[in-house]
Amino acid sequence: MTDTTAVPGLAPAGATTGDQVPRQRRRRMSPGRIVAWVVMIVLLIITLFPFYWMLRTALSSNSALYANATSWLPVDFSWGGFERVFGMQSTEEAIAQGGSGASIDFWRYLGNSVVVATGITVCQVFFSAMAAYAFSRLHWKARDRVFGIFLLSLMVPVIFTLLPNFLLIRELGLVDTLLGIMLPGLFMTPFAIFFLRQFFMNVSTEVEEAALIDGASKVRVFFALIIPMSVGPIATISILTYITAWNDYFWPLMVSYSDESRVLTVALGNFTEQSPQTGPDWSGLMAATLVAALPMILLFLVFAKRIVNSIGFSGIK
Amino acid sequence: MSAPPLRARRATRRDDTRLALLFILPATVGLVTFYFWPMIRGLWLSLTSWDLLSPAEFVGLQNYRDMAADPVFWNALRVTALYVVINIGVQTVAALLLAVLMQRLSQSTLLRSLVLAPYLVSNVVAALVFLWILDFQLGIGNQLLTWLGLDRIGFFTSQTWAIPTIALVNVWRHMGYTALLIFAGLQTIPHTVYEAARMDGASETRTFFRITVPLLRPILGLVLIISVIGSFQVFDTVAVTTNGGPVDASRVLQLYIYDKAFAQFDFGYASALSVALLVLLMVVTFVQYRITRAGQTDLN
Repeated sequence: MTDTTAVPGLAPAGATTGDQVPRQRRRRMSPGRIVAWVVMIVLLIITLFPFYWMLRTALSSNSALYANATSWLPVDFSWGGFERVFGMQSTEEAIAQGGSGASIDFWRYLGNSVVVATGITVCQVFFSAMAAYAFSRLHWKARDRVFGIFLLSLMVPVIFTLLPNFLLIRELGLVDTLLGIMLPGLFMTPFAIFFLRQFFMNVSTEVEEAALIDGASKVRVFFALIIPMSVGPIATISILTYITAWNDYFWPLMVSYSDESRVLTVALGNFTEQSPQTGPDWSGLMAATLVAALPMILLFLVFAKRIVNSIGFSGIK
Repeated sequence: MSAPPLRARRATRRDDTRLALLFILPATVGLVTFYFWPMIRGLWLSLTSWDLLSPAEFVGLQNYRDMAADPVFWNALRVTALYVVINIGVQTVAALLLAVLMQRLSQSTLLRSLVLAPYLVSNVVAALVFLWILDFQLGIGNQLLTWLGLDRIGFFTSQTWAIPTIALVNVWRHMGYTALLIFAGLQTIPHTVYEAARMDGASETRTFFRITVPLLRPILGLVLIISVIGSFQVFDTVAVTTNGGPVDASRVLQLYIYDKAFAQFDFGYASALSVALLVLLMVVTFVQYRITRAGQTDLN
């Protein structure tokens, strides 16, 4: 890197400033900064308000919602919405409170989502890590060429593969099974391989050579050295994969037809088709969306820093 | 496994071809079965007529000729384009604003986490929440409009508003994520450049347009390419909220493909539509890449 950073439209600044100069921390509250903060806060409110509104609606009773559409607090506080989601109300009770009365097997959908997201995450990350290891630490002739072919698949829009993949799943007799939903995601994504390869390449060769001289095999190096030393990136990619799998809608919608394999997103998506005649059960629905989003929100609370810092171009460049 | 230990030899320089093939085996199975094979198969299917029941019949370019004469297809194309323009336009400006604000005001992780929160919920959840917030009668959005003395809007039920509304719902979900990508890009601009500008007495606005934007160009270009590709594939939000209606006002291309395949079992035609979407994406990506010169940097 050169120090002469030429910036179009600006006179050269001379060599007086360097990275070592401590930045001025004392900042006055200028009008500009105040405006900036106001804009920031408005954007934050837009971002966060829907979450609050979900909670507020979920904790209200349906009948009261119609009368008090604008109250900022829950109206006629009730756990009814959540009780309906988890099937803790009798049919009569549910209908009386504005629910559809239909038994929604929420636990099952939740279970299906957990199985699908966990299965995809564990297999995909493990297989991608294996491939990333082969592409970063093993010595073989065609390595870079084969890796190039893998990179090509980054260019294939997922959407284009959905129809043919559905037909394949159908031919394998896996339609309406959880395995059918998981299968295309089980083996790898080009991004996961790419992302992990970046980190595996940076593990120091000295430690590896020491292990090899001690008689460890390359397989052992992978399990006992590379994986433990890359726990951070592996956790990051796992979380991202889990979130993606959990939130996926289009693919499971294609593959699943019955409760057997229905995941949460698909079950929620059906909502508009099965509203009771009296109008939608908004409080029940918002309770359901909250419960559906909860695992991701919890995951996020624990790993926020890791997720936030992983978003950038470290993996893409 | 049973090979004798290779203690004294230069074990690290050994040829690992066999082991490597073993290690890439699962990933290769996935690559071939679920990426490359569907590509080939999709192209082939687009040349056939197939309803899943009788065997597929080769029809040459007939599907493409039908497509050229299909008003619903052209409408879908127009609707999708409108969606992309609104979605990307608003999202890019909002995300850039958010990213610059974060960089200038506070680098706190908490702030960045809050901004990212909508990205964690699924499209389905986002769609349902806004279906409620923007409900014609009870939605708080329409209540706000009446407070402001405006008329209620049928956000999801009017032909004019359906697409802009869906586009903005998706801006809500992706704005923070895009902002964090741009934020990461901002970190690559050396702050010596900013200090130089400050010493020269350049104003914030001038600094933004003369330094930030030009130096951010390659990354902004990449972000645009990624988000435009995603934007063209919109499906979830439309399927959950309007299902293409009213009339065909929000029947985006992806929804039309889904209908053709799973409601009318016309897999040949649906595949031809997918090919059209693919070609469109390739052209748009190529043009964007050239215009934004995303592959080159001005930083040296």
